[in-house]
Amino acid sequence: MNTLQHHVISIGLILAAFAIGSSSLVVVTEKATRQKIIDNERQTLLKAINILVPKKYYNNDILADTIEIPPEQQLATSKPSTVYRARLDGNPIAVVFTSIAPDGYSGKIKLLIGVYNNGDLAGVRVIQHKETPGLGDKIEPRKSDWINKFSGLSLNEPISTQWQVKKDGGYFDQFTGATITPRAVIRAIKNALLYFKAHQDTLFHQQFEKAP
Amino acid sequence: MTPLYKSIIRDGLWKNNPALVQLLGLCPLLAVSNTVINGLGLGLATILTLVASNGIISLCRHHIPDEARLPVFVLIIASIVTAIELSMSAWFHELYLILGIFIPLIVTNCAITGRAEAFAARNPVGPAIVDGFMMGIGFTAVLVLLGAMREILGQGTLFSEAHLMFGEIARHFTIIVIDDYRGFLIALLPPGAFIGLGLIVALKNVLDARQVTHNVSATTTLAEKHSSQVPN
Repeated sequence: MNTLQHHVISIGLILAAFAIGSSSLVVVTEKATRQKIIDNERQTLLKAINILVPKKYYNNDILADTIEIPPEQQLATSKPSTVYRARLDGNPIAVVFTSIAPDGYSGKIKLLIGVYNNGDLAGVRVIQHKETPGLGDKIEPRKSDWINKFSGLSLNEPISTQWQVKKDGGYFDQFTGATITPRAVIRAIKNALLYFKAHQDTLFHQQFEKAP
Repeated sequence: MTPLYKSIIRDGLWKNNPALVQLLGLCPLLAVSNTVINGLGLGLATILTLVASNGIISLCRHHIPDEARLPVFVLIIASIVTAIELSMSAWFHELYLILGIFIPLIVTNCAITGRAEAFAARNPVGPAIVDGFMMGIGFTAVLVLLGAMREILGQGTLFSEAHLMFGEIARHFTIIVIDDYRGFLIALLPPGAFIGLGLIVALKNVLDARQVTHNVSATTTLAEKHSSQVPN
């Protein structure tokens, strides 16, 4: 009995030693890569924002000029999200924020939306989706030009009732074999524009703050 | 080259190929083999993991108690994969954005635990590392071949998005195999991966069977010659 106990304890100790060893490997790697990863993520984000709002239109540090907005039904966000604000010499130019189309064909479609101060869409990009390859994934700019056609549109152009796919009597093309995906994206963009219209002042003028 | 290393190389690449014979690690294999570049990316990460895990486990093999070897393997493999994931995110960020969700899948790749258990825990460091490397190459070769099949059939190209891996220069590496191709969806979806892998396994079996009959007929002719020479 005593030798068995001894045996079990020694195995436990060896396991613990391996656990310490492998966690140290992870800790060291994390320390060595942390700064580089943060930089990479900022770069990726900045690149995505600059596609929507070209760099020549603003001159503030857009990644630092942000506010956190609480979960918002109109944007279908379930977590607080960040709004990036572009300014030229302090004057508001555009905001970039995330919005979610909750009713895609295979779940949520996450969008990054840029809106100019006058209510025109700067542009839309799909950040994350699970739509069917070859059908619904034409919302990706590398698969089709569709998502680029939103730039410059607003709630007045086309008029509010036209914010639908052609099949439903609206302004926008659907894809062959996929109507649900564009329908969801169009609705989400329209909601985002409505949200911007209702909150424009707070979005731009609320002081810089970060949610805890 | 010693016979030991020769047989390790033959096992990894062909005779005991992890993807075609052991049929291990199908989860990442089927999920990520939709283009050549994706397959190559995951393959390289798997080679790295296999070499590192085989090496470390072989080094520690005298200190790993038999009763607790599996938890120790899992600990070692999981920490190596995490380290690789972080390094990829730091130095190959674009590729990481694509393969990111599949890297943790390597932990569940039984090919790695399998090699740790079957080879690394019983052999010295040198052969263990070579085994990890060759098994990794064998796995990568299948990933790339399957990726090429699916990419050509599915979207009519080869090496699309190579710039994610090799930088901006590689943006023009893309070969359009079939012009104005409408795409063949099933090749890109998981069923296409199953069918493709099945075809490759079948091809390997045919080649092996042909080899065997070839050898058998060679020995019989020899034997016949031999027997005919015996006066009777």
